Amino acid sequence: MTAFFLIVAALTIAGTAAAMSLRNPIHCILALTLSLVGFAALYLQLGAQFVGFTQVLVYVGAVAILAVFAIMMTRSANPPEGQSHQAAFSSSWLTGGAIAAVIFAVLAWCILSKSTPMQTAIQQPDVSVNQIGDALMHKFALPLEIVGVLLTAALIGAVILAMPERRKTL
Amino acid sequence: MSPLNAYLLLSALLFSIGLTGVLTRRNAILVLIGIELMLNAANLNFIAFWRYGPNPAALTGVMFAIFSIGIAAAEAAVGLGIILAVYRHTKTTDLDQINTMKG
Repeated sequence: MTAFFLIVAALTIAGTAAAMSLRNPIHCILALTLSLVGFAALYLQLGAQFVGFTQVLVYVGAVAILAVFAIMMTRSANPPEGQSHQAAFSSSWLTGGAIAAVIFAVLAWCILSKSTPMQTAIQQPDVSVNQIGDALMHKFALPLEIVGVLLTAALIGAVILAMPERRKTL
Repeated sequence: MSPLNAYLLLSALLFSIGLTGVLTRRNAILVLIGIELMLNAANLNFIAFWRYGPNPAALTGVMFAIFSIGIAAAEAAVGLGIILAVYRHTKTTDLDQINTMKG
């Protein structure tokens, strides 16, 4: 519970809450970027350097940009006339918020009610990228291949989905 | 409160905020962003359990987080592609108005 953890946690929570509550989708994506950087800082503080930098590369670098492109291509940043006064939230937002609050209460109760056995102050594990690469190539070789196939399939699928459809000649 | 508990609480809170967004937002893109935030909260759990777990040298938490990030990237690409395809048919990303399956 260092001061660094508290500051980063506050920043991440603020970014996440703003990303889910602001009206303008572009502002939401900017807040999302702050939240993702906060996640990366938390990973770095936990000693997982590689995951932290992967997070910055994949999420801040790619997913946020992809979302900005999607918002610009769907023109949801400036909705057409007559819809701009509508709420950004669904009409059943109270139910959704209540469900999420109940789930958080149950999770927090589970976490706090049971003292976790692994509280001993373990020294910071130093994991080099060398070790991670070694494990990826030997112990986790099969999952790595499967993720490669999945990413290829997702790439082709996304391109096919976003391609303009050809009209069938009847 | 132990550090592990602090991380778990933070992760639960972020997961709940993401879930709130998924359940209440009307814009389909922001619903997808909420799912990404929930996946990130789960990743934080993996890393926290790995860091404070009994055997950090096994690298399982880090590996799970890396694969999870890869899957989430694929999910984001396909999801945004689907949203673009739906937008082409219905000219809207408002989930309250997308209520027919036939375009």
